[in-house]
Amino acid sequence: MSPHVDLTRVRPGDTLPEVAETIERLDLIRYAGASGDFNPIHWNDEVAKAVGLPGVIAHGMYSMGIAARMVAGWAGDPAAVKRLKVRFSAMIEPGQTLTAKGEVAEVDGTRVRVRFHAEDEKGERVLSKGEAELEL
Amino acid sequence: MPLNQALVGRTYPAVRYEVGREKLREFAIAIGETDPVYHDEAAARAAGHPDLPAVPTFAVVLSMRAGQVVYGDPDLGLDYSRVVHGEQEFVYHRPIRAGDRLLAAGKVAEASAKGRHELLTLQTEITTEAGEPVCTVRATLLSRGTAPPRHGSGA
Repeated sequence: MSPHVDLTRVRPGDTLPEVAETIERLDLIRYAGASGDFNPIHWNDEVAKAVGLPGVIAHGMYSMGIAARMVAGWAGDPAAVKRLKVRFSAMIEPGQTLTAKGEVAEVDGTRVRVRFHAEDEKGERVLSKGEAELEL
Repeated sequence: MPLNQALVGRTYPAVRYEVGREKLREFAIAIGETDPVYHDEAAARAAGHPDLPAVPTFAVVLSMRAGQVVYGDPDLGLDYSRVVHGEQEFVYHRPIRAGDRLLAAGKVAEASAKGRHELLTLQTEITTEAGEPVCTVRATLLSRGTAPPRHGSGA
């Protein structure tokens, strides 16, 4: 695991290293299998179009998984992650790149609160109002 | 059909889940997580974990299974084809680890109208079989267009 972030140096406004993934259809099929979420809007264009989508879209939880990678990777320890919350605010399709971005909102003793979001290439927020609480 | 708000507070029977190492690795790979702590037992132990830890969002696998029990209740009146995932929250009491034998019990935490739509919050308590708290998961779903009409006589 990457070294733990140095708590004594963490300050509000510090940015987390970004995590970016270009999403391929295969990623969504792999995520469906790994997670057990086989909703066909994530792998079948015909079904997705029939419910008014442009085509298949990524699982919201796939995007959240990538954002959580950023948070846990920065903390250096999955056990440090005490809370994660997001709002799913836009969809993202295969071929697009999702970028997770975050910053330290508050430091209270060993407790650190992080604000984060994930956006597509146009800057539209796929995940918004992301909040993480870490015990470092 | 509107959601049955009388079910707010109802807890459903827990589902059992035995956490396997290969499943944790498979899930980590699926979100692009390559850190050895999630894949290699020696690396996990060196980092202080008794066995491979799950990536934080793995808990959704258990909450989805608990959710199937809740959403399958015909009394709830949920049409899953109208559902959009609105928000997701995890509160971690400790990481999920390989070898854990877990229980996941779903509860209808909220069901309310929001304009023409309805909000349904599923809360899942994940514990060990011995009752140790592991994770509390809240998923807020938007049920599109199912709110009861605010005017007129139709129910």
